[in-house]
Amino acid sequence: MAAPATPVRGSGASLTSMALGQLGRLVIYVVLALLVVSVLYPLFWMVMTGFKTTQELFSNSWGLPSQLRWSNFVDAWNQGVVRYLLNSLVVTVASIVTTVGLSALAAYALTRMRIPFSGPVTLAILGGMMLSPTVALIPLFRLISALGLVDTYWALIILYTAFRIPFTVFLIRAYMMTISREMEDAAVVDGASRLQIFWLVILPLSRPIIVSAALLQALFAWNEFLFALVFINSQDLKTLPVGLLDLQSRFLTNYPVMFAGLAIAALPMIVVFMIGQRQFIRGLAEGYGK
Amino acid sequence: MTSIFRLRNVTQWLYVLPALLFVVVFVYYPAVDNLRLSLFQWSSFSPKESFVGLQNYRDLAADPIFWSALFNNIAYAVVSVIVQVGGGLVLAAILEEFVRPRLRGFFRTVLFLPAVMSLTVVGFLFYFLYEPNFGLVNQALNAVGLGSLTHAWLGEEGTAIWSIITMSQWQSTGYVMVLFIVAIQKIPRELYEAAYIDGATKVEAFRRITVPLVNDMLVLMLIVTVSGAFLVFNEVWVMTQGGPNNASHTLGTWLYKSAFFNDQLGYAAAIGSVIFVITFVTSIIQLRLARGRSVQF
Repeated sequence: MAAPATPVRGSGASLTSMALGQLGRLVIYVVLALLVVSVLYPLFWMVMTGFKTTQELFSNSWGLPSQLRWSNFVDAWNQGVVRYLLNSLVVTVASIVTTVGLSALAAYALTRMRIPFSGPVTLAILGGMMLSPTVALIPLFRLISALGLVDTYWALIILYTAFRIPFTVFLIRAYMMTISREMEDAAVVDGASRLQIFWLVILPLSRPIIVSAALLQALFAWNEFLFALVFINSQDLKTLPVGLLDLQSRFLTNYPVMFAGLAIAALPMIVVFMIGQRQFIRGLAEGYGK
Repeated sequence: MTSIFRLRNVTQWLYVLPALLFVVVFVYYPAVDNLRLSLFQWSSFSPKESFVGLQNYRDLAADPIFWSALFNNIAYAVVSVIVQVGGGLVLAAILEEFVRPRLRGFFRTVLFLPAVMSLTVVGFLFYFLYEPNFGLVNQALNAVGLGSLTHAWLGEEGTAIWSIITMSQWQSTGYVMVLFIVAIQKIPRELYEAAYIDGATKVEAFRRITVPLVNDMLVLMLIVTVSGAFLVFNEVWVMTQGGPNNASHTLGTWLYKSAFFNDQLGYAAAIGSVIFVITFVTSIIQLRLARGRSVQF
């Protein structure tokens, strides 16, 4: 008697679990949709408020602007943002070149040459990842002052390079260890010098990780705040993150101009990320994972 | 022969030397010098350093702002571990397990987006979201009839740091999630298929397969998140500058303010040493924990 009852009960249970599964899926999609809205809506609000008048912002902060007033963006641009953008660009590009260049050279030597003490040297460079800018701020301030570099691009370029070399060497070194020696040996047979092998063989083969490293350095340098705040005083040399603080103090209650400035400041990295998303995430994954 | 080899060694060293010099001069030397400087007192008005032994540390221990800053960092760490690491892992597993492949990329990109924006931009954005008059947070509370819950979020001692911490979760959870996705994608699918054939539910599979096999990434994310929480500076400085009434300081902002506003440079160095010890010990402990617990396959 019990035997035929079992499958009936069983199918009933699986029907319930199927319904539960559907419900679960629905709940998951609703939660994800809410998360997407919570990320995108503030960004949308930021851009839209950039088009408003102050009065519109206060009277109807949810609403759309009555017209697209580009003048706020023009004001923000002319009142400093263009200068900050240029400064950020200079510091970012320069520190990408120095950081990735020096790290690639070091990683090349540490993976392809037999250098005395290469073990301790590797450890010393990678160990730098455990030290952060904050804990060294006071001595760095004295050091950079003593070198006469306060209020120059150099202060930022040098520090962005020094603090990112450990991570970047780590990233590139791991990749170079996976490149086979055959190509290199062929080049040696052809009489290529060490530097030629680096430039003509190893570097092109490492291109994917070089791109990832450059993107991660761009993200770091573009957004860095502490050093930029401490070491740059002149209006003309400020990078975006610190320049925005000034913009706010100058447009005290003209909020929409500030919103426009924020939107302009955020855009470049969002575009870079959209274009280089794969390299970006690979860099993060290689750097943090294995 | 030997001289040629020596010459070769020297030229080989030239590849490593610039990188090594940068790190030694601008990363290691300042970190060590900071420990020394924390035993002195000086200011920009009286630049001559006078040795005071552990006086700066005694002052720290007696400074209520230091303790509340430390508490704020700890709160930052606890919330970030739960939301970013815990939530990030669950979100990653959900995206990989339940969401159709074509939608996955969309969710991933959108949730990661805040992480590419600077903390200054995001800090200001939230400063305005929390603004009492036109900010969307209070507006939304009023709209749904919860007007009694409105606050001057960044202007009240009780809510300032929590509002900043909330912003930080908005910014970084997607970032941690993406790294967990990468780790999950490296787990062989057969493990899940075998588990499902054996009658495992998705929750069981998550607990028994996903979590153990992303352990390396989990430990790394814990280190990154906890150390990051003790280094917080940018968003606090942008949103409250440590106020109101010093209630939202973190160790980083209190260090900066002590050095460049209160002109107590030795005292600031002592705060730096405390941050150094905390972040260093955190990394060591968690690296130890990681050893032997990671699963190979």
